[in-house]
Amino acid sequence: MSGRGGLEIVLDHVTFRYAEMEMGFDLSFAAGSVTAIMGPSGAGKSTLLNLVAGFETPVDSRILIGGEDVTGLPPAVRPVSMVFQENNLFSHLDVAANVGLGRSPALKLSWEDRAAVADALARTGLLGKEKRLPSELSGGERQRVALARVLVRNRPVLLLDEPFASLDAALRREMTGLVGELHFRTGMTILMVTHDVEDARRIADRVVRVEAGHVVGLGAAEEPAPGRRLSGQKRE
Amino acid sequence: MAFRDEQIGVRAADGRIAAGIVALAAVALVTGGAFVGLVFQASSDWSGAFAAFDGYLLRVARFTLFQAVLSTVLSVGPAIVVARAFSRQRTFPGRVLMLRLFAVPLALPAIVVALGVLALYGKAGIFSGALSMLAGGDWPGIYGLSGILVAHVFFNLPLATRLFLQALDTVPDDQWRLAAQLGMGARPAFRFLEWPAMRASLPGIAGLVFMLCVTSFTIVLLLGGGPRATTLEVAIYQALRFDFDPARAVALTAVQIVLTLVTFTAITRFGGDYMASMNLSVARRRYATAGEGERLFNLLVIAAAFLFVTGPMVAIVVAGLGADLGRLAVEQAVRHAALTSLALAVPAAFLSVGLSLALVACRRALEYGRRERRPSWPEWASGSGASLVLVLPPTVIGAGWFVILLRLGDVYAAAPMMVIAVNALMAMPFAVRVVRPAYDAASARNERLCAALGIAGWSRLRLIDGPVLGRPLGTAFAFAMALSLGDLGVIALFGSDSVQTLPYLLMQRMGSYRTEDAAGIALLLGALCLGLMAISDRLGKGTA
Repeated sequence: MSGRGGLEIVLDHVTFRYAEMEMGFDLSFAAGSVTAIMGPSGAGKSTLLNLVAGFETPVDSRILIGGEDVTGLPPAVRPVSMVFQENNLFSHLDVAANVGLGRSPALKLSWEDRAAVADALARTGLLGKEKRLPSELSGGERQRVALARVLVRNRPVLLLDEPFASLDAALRREMTGLVGELHFRTGMTILMVTHDVEDARRIADRVVRVEAGHVVGLGAAEEPAPGRRLSGQKRE
Repeated sequence: MAFRDEQIGVRAADGRIAAGIVALAAVALVTGGAFVGLVFQASSDWSGAFAAFDGYLLRVARFTLFQAVLSTVLSVGPAIVVARAFSRQRTFPGRVLMLRLFAVPLALPAIVVALGVLALYGKAGIFSGALSMLAGGDWPGIYGLSGILVAHVFFNLPLATRLFLQALDTVPDDQWRLAAQLGMGARPAFRFLEWPAMRASLPGIAGLVFMLCVTSFTIVLLLGGGPRATTLEVAIYQALRFDFDPARAVALTAVQIVLTLVTFTAITRFGGDYMASMNLSVARRRYATAGEGERLFNLLVIAAAFLFVTGPMVAIVVAGLGADLGRLAVEQAVRHAALTSLALAVPAAFLSVGLSLALVACRRALEYGRRERRPSWPEWASGSGASLVLVLPPTVIGAGWFVILLRLGDVYAAAPMMVIAVNALMAMPFAVRVVRPAYDAASARNERLCAALGIAGWSRLRLIDGPVLGRPLGTAFAFAMALSLGDLGVIALFGSDSVQTLPYLLMQRMGSYRTEDAAGIALLLGALCLGLMAISDRLGKGTA
């Protein structure tokens, strides 16, 4: 899992209508950067991520990842992994299968795939829990499984939609630490929606504020964790 | 608009929508084909079709309505009293068992019930001696209106009772506590608490029972007896099978469709739930205080209802055990009919569940991809396509195809296909009702994840939807199979010496007065269907 580094994400005058709200995003995220997306609920933070992931399609505009137009592509073929707040796992499949699906959507795993799954489980601290069902895991462990799948998918962009919001503060710190490790290892471009200023400070090198469907503020996170600077991302 | 085009582009890539379109087309082919057959027949012989609107048709239509109204009154009226008695007597030994027993009639094939009624009240029935004495002479048997009414009440009194009980359960606990505090006796409690709750669901329940009686075929065919007690559905069958008079069949079918359409619209307008009959639930606990006198009355009512409902069931068992079961089991015709029944019921159940799943998945996929507030017409069509068969009874669909096949060639050769297709359609409203909530819930959890990981098509069915939907699909399958096994409507039209199912064989043995054989076959068929319904129910209860 050497990682192939992150890719740049460009939202080129993207407009989108959701119910009554008109949204507009025109910004880019540098390859390998970590960005926290903050703002009040219902402001369009998740929509921004859904647009990049391909769950929503913009009106008459383009989204580029790594210089390539992905606007018309379905979510699965975009160079993107996403972790949601909940429902990241299929509840009737065990941990190993849930991670394995990141390699093959038909769950046809080669020997190499299985090795990658085992490696990812080890890195996320899930060794020995391969056969557990999601209902037999804690909330934090479930999100670890989701991160293990991100590892085996090995896509250059990671979107985190408040994945740790339902965990307590200590566990959240642990999990953001794990994300930081993943970033250090892979150099992925990470977009992370969060309500927690601490989270943002700990991991992000930039904060994007979204309100009423538009970006209202861009800025460096006040004190990015020292490790983050080492991962070689471009800074604006 | 580019936005719309892209949305449609995304949708087209989803195999579920293609599957849904295929399923809708299949449903439309079976129902629409029948319709085309009828219209074509009518247009080729307008004068014949018009001439068929004669005194006979009028009499038949009038009797259809008459028996349905009477059946409804006789089922729903007593059901109010019985439900109230059950609701007031919360604790007595056997209460739960009795309420479970009240679910049995609907699970029994109509032909088995008809036989049970005959075995009990018929000319040579268990009660014929007592009834002869009461009648002061020879008991003439129960053919005609009385037989139809007894059988219809047997089906619908327990159904209405259970539905009224559900309505009574909606009265909040606090109101009962208040009533107890205010010292309300049975009368005021009925007036202020129970009756308002039951009255609200009365139109829906009455409409449902009326619909079941208007479209009742098997009971009227077997117990009706003679032209004086014939309904539209039976008249359609007779016009096609015995009189070879397609023009008359078309006229009768048109009247039947108008009748069911009006009834169906009325039920939905009244807020009734046509599928409510399929719910099996037992009442919850509640406070109730009944005086000694009332308690006695309640228990008498319950005992009377219990005897009325169990009577035919016991008669089926007694008469069935009286038959030479050993000989029947090895008889070639019986074995052949049993195998034919299974060979038709299994594919019918597969088809029913497959079509239902396709429609449910298609509707959900369209709903998921939708940004507008109102559903598009394909979503609406895939959501309600399965209900089409509620308005077009199996006999009507069968009649339409019968008329077409009469022109094309051998009607009876098409029997297996017709039985499978129409029986599959008959079970679809139920199958959709069972599968849809489970599918939609699973979809709400897994849709985004499947899209993110690119799990689609067969992989999705095998890895995700299949395991999650196993139980509801099993419920629907067992139900569809039981329905198909017990159905006489379609096979009565298309059956012949070469294609005989168990109900068809049963009807033949009854027709040739081999009553013992018929009773034995009825017991076998009843046990088979009841077993499948029990499996269906069991699987359904485990669904989270």
